[in-house]
This record gives sequence, C-alpha cells and structure tokens, in this order.
Amino acid sequence: METAMDDLFTDALRRWLTDQCPPDRVRAIEAGESHASLWESLEDSGFADALLPEERGGAGLSLQQVFPLLELCGAHALPLPLGETLLARAALAVARIEPPRGSVTLGEAVATADGGVRCDRASGGRVADWVLTCIDDSALLLPVREAQVRGAVFPLDAALTWSAATTCGAARFDAALDIRALLACVHAAQIAGALMNVCNRTLQYANDRVQFGRPIGKFQAIQHQLAVMAEHVIAARMAAQIGCRGDPTQLDRSRVAVAKARASEAALEVAAAAHAIHGAIGFTAEFDLQLYTRRLHAWRQAAGAESYWHDVLGAELLRQPDGPAFDLPRRLTEFH
Amino acid sequence: MNALGSLAPTAIPPDDEALRAPVRAFLAEAVAALPPQVRARSWSGYDPAFSRELGRRGWLGLTLPPQYGGAGRSPFARYVLVEELLNAGAPVGSHWIADRQSGPLILKYGTDEQKRHYLPPICRGESYFCIGMSEPNSGSDLASVRTRAVRTDRGWTLSGQKIWTTYAHGCHYMIALVRTSGDAQDRHQGLSQVIVDLSLPGVTVRPIRDQSGDSHFCEVFFDDVALEPEALIGEEGRGWEQVTAELAFERSGPERLYSSIVLFDTWLAFLRSGVETPSAVRLAGKIVAALAPLRALSVAVTGKLARGESPIVEAALVKDLGTSLEQFIPAAIADDLASREGQSVPMELLLTLDYLTQVAPSFSLRGGTRDILRGMIARGLGLR
Repeated sequence: METAMDDLFTDALRRWLTDQCPPDRVRAIEAGESHASLWESLEDSGFADALLPEERGGAGLSLQQVFPLLELCGAHALPLPLGETLLARAALAVARIEPPRGSVTLGEAVATADGGVRCDRASGGRVADWVLTCIDDSALLLPVREAQVRGAVFPLDAALTWSAATTCGAARFDAALDIRALLACVHAAQIAGALMNVCNRTLQYANDRVQFGRPIGKFQAIQHQLAVMAEHVIAARMAAQIGCRGDPTQLDRSRVAVAKARASEAALEVAAAAHAIHGAIGFTAEFDLQLYTRRLHAWRQAAGAESYWHDVLGAELLRQPDGPAFDLPRRLTEFH
Repeated sequence: MNALGSLAPTAIPPDDEALRAPVRAFLAEAVAALPPQVRARSWSGYDPAFSRELGRRGWLGLTLPPQYGGAGRSPFARYVLVEELLNAGAPVGSHWIADRQSGPLILKYGTDEQKRHYLPPICRGESYFCIGMSEPNSGSDLASVRTRAVRTDRGWTLSGQKIWTTYAHGCHYMIALVRTSGDAQDRHQGLSQVIVDLSLPGVTVRPIRDQSGDSHFCEVFFDDVALEPEALIGEEGRGWEQVTAELAFERSGPERLYSSIVLFDTWLAFLRSGVETPSAVRLAGKIVAALAPLRALSVAVTGKLARGESPIVEAALVKDLGTSLEQFIPAAIADDLASREGQSVPMELLLTLDYLTQVAPSFSLRGGTRDILRGMIARGLGLR
C-alpha cells in the first residue's frame, strides 16, 4: 500500500515536471521571470506535503519514499525549493506549527550583532517564501519578503538579512534542527538525479555525435570515460539513498555524511567528464547540459562539500572502539 | 531504466544476518592472533586445516542444497559469512574458488552424478578447485583460448596450457575453458568447460613467484591428458555462456571491496594510539564514504543473484569501483605514514602496507581487467 502511494507520487511528479518545468522554464526563472504560478501549480498538486502525516493533510510518506521525489527535482533542475519545503514542513509539523502557505527553504544562519539574523546563502532563497533556520537550538521561521536580499553566486540562491524587529516577530520554537544535515540530505538526492540526467544525456550524445566517420561512443577512450561516469552515478545514487533514511527531523548525521560526501565527489567528476565528452557545444548557454552541471557544482558546494563530511565520518570512525572498521559502513547500510 | 537505476537498497534478511555473531566469535579465536601482514593475505592465504574447520561447522557450500552436503541457505547468508571472513583476514584461499563459484557452477550445469561426486567434499572443505581461463596468449581476449579437448572413444584428450591459475598447486581440480570444436577464429563458438583432475598423468603444475615473494598462482601444462567422458561440465559448445554467468558471481562479492581492509584496520589502530592528525581523520572518512555505498551496491547485486537474475553489468560496475578503492587504500595510507616526521610506525603496519602495495596491481587484473570491465559497462549502457 505504502509502496503504491510512493510510486503514484513519483509518477505524478515526473509528469508534472515534464509538463510544467521544461528547460526553457528553468532558464526563464533563473533569468528573473516570476516563479509564482509554477509554485502554485506544485502546491495544488500536493507534492510539498508528502512527508506530513495523513491527519495533517499529507501523504504520510517516509523519507526513503520521498527520495525519488527529491531525485526528480534534481533530474529536472526544478527552480524551486520543493525538497527543502518537504523537510521543513515535516520539522514544523513535529513542532506543531502550522506550515505557512508558500515554499520554505532551509538556511544556515548566524545571529547578527544587532539582534537580527543573517543567512549568507539561502538555497533557492530568491524563489522561496520562507526560510527555516536554527540558531542555538532555537528554530526560526523567517519571511523572505521582509528580508534584505542580496544576490548569491547561484542565481536562485540569495544572501538574506533580517532586522532585529523581524526576527523578534518570527515564529520560533525549541528544536535542535541540524539545518546543514537537512540541506545536505536534500542536495545529495538532487545531485543523484542530476547525475543520472547528465550521464544519460552524455551517453546519447556519444551515440549521436559522429567524428572520424563514426559515433564518438565507438572510441575506447570515450567508452571508458562513460563507464567511470556510470560508476560515479550508481555509487552517488546509492549514497544519497543511504542519507534518506529514518526520521526526517532526526537525521543520522553519519548517513547524511556518506550521502553528501560521495555525491559531491561524483558531482565534480561527472560534470567534468560530461563537458569533456560534449566538447565546446556543452558549455554554451543555449545547450541544456549547463542547467544540470552548474547545479552539480552549486549543490556540491552547498551544505558542506566532500571534505567537510569526510571529517564528520572520520571522527565518527575514530571514536569507535577498536573493532573492525567495516562495522561503521555496515551499520550505515543496514536497511530495514 | 538501464543498469544505473536498477540497484536499490537491499536488506539482508534477519535470519542470514544472525550468522554474523557466531562466525565473528569463532574468528576471534581462530584468526585474530595472527599478525596483520599474514591476515592481509586473506583470500590469498592457503590453509586446508582452516577450510576443513569451516566445513565441519557447516559454513562451506552454504548455498548448496542439503542433499549434496550444503546448508541450503540464501546468497545473503554466504555474503554475511564471507564479509566476516575477509574482514578478519581469515586464510580462505584453499576452498575459496570451490565455495564461491565451482560448487554453484556444478550445481547449475552438472549431472546428478557430477553433483553427488563433487559437491559433498567441497562442503567438507576437502576438495579445492581452481579456474582454468587465462592462457599465455589468451588474457583479456579469453575467447581466443587454444587449449583443446578432443573427443576419443574413451572420453577426451586434453592438450594445451593455462596460466595465472590461482593455487593450482594446492587444488584437486580445475574447471577449464577449452576448445572442443573449431579453432580460435570461431571465437565464442566451440568452447566448453571440463573438470580436470589435476592428479592425472600428463598434468604439470609450476608455481610462479609474484613480486611480493608469494607463489599463489601457477602455470599448468596438459600433455595429452586422458579425461573421462563425464569430465565435460554443462553443455558441449556452451562454455562461453557458462563462463560469463560464472563471472557475475565472481565480480560483485565482498572480496572486491575488502582486499585492503586489514591494512585499514591496522592503520586505524595506529591512529588511535594517539597519533591521529586532521588529515588522517579526513582520509579515514573518505574511505568510509566510498565503502558504505559500495557495500550497499554489493549487497544489492547479491539480491539480484538471489532472485535468479544475472546482473553482469552491475557486477562489473561494482568490481571496478571496489578494486579502485582497494588500490586507493594502500596508496593513501602510504602517503599518510610517509609524510609524518619523528614518529615510529609499527613494523607490522609497515609490512602489511608493503604487502598490499605489491599485490594491489592484481586487484584490477584478477576476474577481468579494468579495461575489459569498462568496455562491458559501456556496451551495457547502450553505447552503440
């Protein structure tokens, strides 16, 4: 029954993304066109409530069942923080706070000297309605419309600052939300989706592009690059699924570390190989490949790149008493 | 969806997982006291007494049916057992090939007579097999094998030569891929598999010393060896298909992830003695981040094998990833240890590192070279 519900959602979101979010829509929103109607359509379809229990109007899916949705957001370069909203609404529900209408992204933030809050890089901050953050075990839900907005490197992200007055008036609840882990979990799954897309595109290109009288995919050098790319794709996808386990508001940091570290490593390698195989056409603005490879780099660099999470895992391993090292990866890959 | 999306997180059933504790307890007694440079040899370590002890405990031929002496358990049970054996660095080399692939191959393709003859001693840890695939002029190009079995009125006459045959000098039987009709131009046609009793007249086995000083592989000569008619295993002329199916079992198991794990454990113990550094912690984490998804992928391939599928491309993906990690571990640990100043590194750790540094090239050769695997993967992905 649950599995059926899960598949139903995945198929529905795939159809929605194919219809509503083609590459030219992604480009337009990145260029500044309004995202409001796209979000309305998404909200009306109920996807953003998938993690909420049924009695709160949600679909009651588990985090592992939501993985395919997060993956699809990455595969289609959805220019909206759906993944972040899914997890944020789950956290709000646990705190018995009615989620506000609109999208909620997750942002790592610090308190400013004058009593406000600063978030230097809100993922999807330019297209989000709210930011859920956590400072000193106190979670805060802040409205983007009341923030001072500055641009960030990735066009959909934003640097946001809230005044002391806005911060005081914001919904606040006691919760030790691990914003970095939540974001890392989402980004790892999005990376997995984008990797699959990039790999499939590159396979297609290698079959289609003819040089020296034959498809370039006939050349062993290209075949081997694609094989290595495929290895990164399956490893990162499995890693991202390791991250999407358990209670979405109490993530296992070591599992998320595996997810984000391995996905980030793959993001770099796969983006590089895809561009190498596509040649010059691949990094033109007009060609779609860049929509996904730019995201691979952005998501790799968000919420801790591979070395940050390697440090987390290494510290966890060295804290283990003597005993086989593989007990840690074994524990992290026990699926129930 | 192609092979890339087909490996889902797979749970090891609790009954199979339950095998872990007794195996681990046994290994703590039987193996833990061996020095790490010995344990590092693992599936290259030859110890018939150890194999017979595993057989006595019912831990060989785990997936074979009870009527042939096996335990009738799932591939997951064997996965758990093997994972423990390899991580402990148990000397499993003598029975390794028989247990991993010769037994299952005989079960799948053998006649009832062959099964009753060969399988029970495999399960007792008394009968060891080697794989006769490579020849001096047939390495990666396996279909070009020239060793030939010619039908006679009394069976077959075998002539030719195999090489790089692991533990031929310590095995009772070889399952050899040989030409039974046509010639090398016929490629995949006309190949068959035969079981060769290595004690027969006309068989000469010569061990080859490798650069680490061990002699684990051999060259094997067949000088008009007379084989019984029932030496043929499976169908005449179907050798290529049989070998290909066998390789899926050979390529995705825990032995493609854990070849350097004893070194990793030994290095971690050194770090815990108060010499941990930020870069060493980061390296340890990098290895875990690679190992965890690989282990999950390897279990997922086991799930496919358990369902009777033949995940050849998936197994190739896992093997190439796994052997890359196995080779990365000694390279990276050497960098860590050799970039310290004024610290003495335990000799056992250095010897373990030295052994793995020298055998690491073989990780991506045995069972199909990296380049062959990548070609298979590319074709499996749909490159035309």
